[in-house]
Amino acid sequence: MVSLTIDGKTVAADEGKTLLEVARANSIDIPTLCYHPALEPFGACRLCIVEIAIGGRKRLVASCNYPVEEGLEVHTASEGVIEARKWLLEVLLARCPNVEIIQNLARDYGIEEPRFVLEDEKCIMCGLCVRMCGERMGRSAINFVGRGVDRKIDTPFHIQTEDCVACGACISVCPTGAIDFEEVTKHKPLPILSEFDQGLATRHPIYVPYAQAFPNVP
Amino acid sequence: MARLKSPAELEALRNRILAARDPSKTRIAICAGTGCIALGAGDVIAAFREEIKKQSLEGEADLRETGCPGFCEKGTVVVIYPEEVCYIRVKPEDVAEIVSETVKGKRVVERLVYTEPETGEKLVHEYEIPFYKHQKRLLIGNNIRMNPRNIEDYIALGGYTALAKALLQMTPEQVLEEVQRVNLRGRGGGGFPAGKKWEETRNASGEPKYVIVNCDEGDPGAFMDRAVMEGNPHSVIEGLIIGAYAIGSHEGFIYVRQEYPLAVENTGFAIEQAEEYGLLGENILGSGFDFNVEVHRGAGAFVSGESSALMTAIEGEVGEPRPKYIHTAVSGVWERPSNLNNVETWANVPLIINDGANWASIGTEGSKGTKIFSLVGKVNNTGLVEVPMGISLKDIIFKIGGGIPGGRKFKAAQTGGPSGGVIPEQYLDIPVDFDELAKLGSMMGSGGMIVMDEDTCMVDVARYFIEFLCDESCGKCVPCREGLKHLREVLTGIVEGRGKKEDIGLLEGLGHMMRSASLCALGKTASNPVMTTLQFFRDEYVAHIEEKRCPAFVCKALVSYDIDPGKCQACMICLRNCPVEAIEGGKNLLHVIDQEKCIKCNTCFEVCPQRFAAVRRLSGEPLPPPPPPEERALKREKQAAQKR
Repeated sequence: MVSLTIDGKTVAADEGKTLLEVARANSIDIPTLCYHPALEPFGACRLCIVEIAIGGRKRLVASCNYPVEEGLEVHTASEGVIEARKWLLEVLLARCPNVEIIQNLARDYGIEEPRFVLEDEKCIMCGLCVRMCGERMGRSAINFVGRGVDRKIDTPFHIQTEDCVACGACISVCPTGAIDFEEVTKHKPLPILSEFDQGLATRHPIYVPYAQAFPNVP
Repeated sequence: MARLKSPAELEALRNRILAARDPSKTRIAICAGTGCIALGAGDVIAAFREEIKKQSLEGEADLRETGCPGFCEKGTVVVIYPEEVCYIRVKPEDVAEIVSETVKGKRVVERLVYTEPETGEKLVHEYEIPFYKHQKRLLIGNNIRMNPRNIEDYIALGGYTALAKALLQMTPEQVLEEVQRVNLRGRGGGGFPAGKKWEETRNASGEPKYVIVNCDEGDPGAFMDRAVMEGNPHSVIEGLIIGAYAIGSHEGFIYVRQEYPLAVENTGFAIEQAEEYGLLGENILGSGFDFNVEVHRGAGAFVSGESSALMTAIEGEVGEPRPKYIHTAVSGVWERPSNLNNVETWANVPLIINDGANWASIGTEGSKGTKIFSLVGKVNNTGLVEVPMGISLKDIIFKIGGGIPGGRKFKAAQTGGPSGGVIPEQYLDIPVDFDELAKLGSMMGSGGMIVMDEDTCMVDVARYFIEFLCDESCGKCVPCREGLKHLREVLTGIVEGRGKKEDIGLLEGLGHMMRSASLCALGKTASNPVMTTLQFFRDEYVAHIEEKRCPAFVCKALVSYDIDPGKCQACMICLRNCPVEAIEGGKNLLHVIDQEKCIKCNTCFEVCPQRFAAVRRLSGEPLPPPPPPEERALKREKQAAQKR
């Protein structure tokens, strides 16, 4: 157990927990885009940044993957944090001006019109789809392609891939609806009828593969 | 060759090698580094081989293809021993004369010797030439004296003595203590105390521990590590083994960038030979210490030079940085403790073990030892210079570098590559070391030093580095990927004449956001070229934005070329040289530039004879209308009258 302060409040936390987990457990809200409790923290969107001070040295770190430390002083909404988040949301809005989740977050921080050249992307490059497909489904049918400002998410060789099992996990986790299934696979995702709703509703067909037990035959 | 089983055997081998070499025998050393090879050193070497045969000098003159001695501006460099006669700009056609005059006749070929630009004095020996004289060449001084593909050359020069001392006379703790005592700081740019990193790796739990050489060297214009890795790979390997011993590692990687094929080759040879001689592998020199190393080739990404990205690349993944809250010294390659250091850092280790006190007597209080800089750009003596820390920037550029060519005026020195900053004229006397430059808001970086003069546009420089980073950023995090995109957009607008008043505020805001919120050091320092040029050359930005003027006449969209009718002598030189035939005129007909066709290549400006100087560049002012067709007859009397 370690003891640290978040926004002036002293909290206790298990070692190995991240600042984001501890903050949320203490009802302190920190915005995120690329975080998902079922996936390894990615640290790409940088929205979850908080200001930490240890031994007088202040800096901004991503709370989703920074481990708790004894005596850490954390501020989740300091001037530096808010300022940085505003710029982050402004450039995100310039990239994706028509994506609802970005518009809403930007509005929360007072950003309406970016001062930059506008694009019209749907994908915010949070990587949730890639990580879901790779970490959870074990398929890696889609991944990051290229490097730098022109980075994209795509299939191998930009064609429909046989690696995709049409489970729909990526779509279920994508915050912006940027995935066009037809570009990934020729298969259609088949929804499963929900027994709970007596077959009247459908649910996402996400199959999580796991190792089966093998009889211990000598 | 039987493996050496003890330091005594190594010593005996060294003595045998030296005994078999006659120091008075003629030796022709030809630089076979990448720079000189590009200048045709391969042909020079072949010519020497042929000429020696032709003049029946086999057995009397040895030929040695060596590593890079650093005087790249004057390549191909050839040094004749034992007299140490240094010939520069050698071409295959010169070889016959060199062999008959100098090798046979012991006479100097004057025209191939370095000439002092001020006095015209001929300086025959390497040690007389100011470029070399003012350096302290502990690391690259041996390059011209050895063939990197022959381990016996390295041994003859005292190589692997430090290894023998460390493995057989010192404990790992003592080696670590020594490196910490002299305060060896990383030469890759960060300047972090190497001993501290070594200790953290040593104390971390997990096996195996890895040691890594970072030879990714991605900064544009930097080639220090290339010269060391190509020219003296054994110095790096020796340092690596000593470090591994101190840390408790038995496996190492030398990450060489894809674009250094000669370094990959020479390092491969070096490893093979070291293994053959028992200086790598099991039970090195009978010490009981095992160590193996392999070369890992890069795949063409600047970001892979970042230590955590490099380790991810070694794992076989795409080189992407990881957050460094957990040090790679604790969890690095395959989550094992991994110690990464730059090529030059490792190369310093044998020197420190051999004579730490002497090594530490060089440099400043906080920055001990020497540093190799790649001195490039608007400087007379382009090449690699190794200097003691604390030497002034002025001495590097003017004493060693020979000043700015063409009598132009110094404007700034850019250090630290895309992560670094510019140092303007008022700081020329600054001692160059880790801390002094950091105080200025710049950084020494890994050693790239680009000299800029009055013809360099600082806004264009910023745009150049941002353009580079747009391709090289890994693209994972929002601040870096999107931030660079918009920095590029704004800077391009400024140099193309579309700059707006708010642009400077946008650049500063983006830069600040990238610095505080980026995931890795690439993103955090990506805005440095913009920020430092804004800090010291804000007036250039303002001129571009408010007056649509480029003070250095570089930004083509803001520059126009015009021929002054009062000075033009209708000599036809510019007309003939214009690559797009944009100049109208003829004999006794004033020349006029067709602005629609002009591509702003600067050719007419350069070829117009000095005594006329009729071509002028205009920026930020309106172009005067050309003389109407009827008035283009050259009127020499009218011009003469105007002059009076």
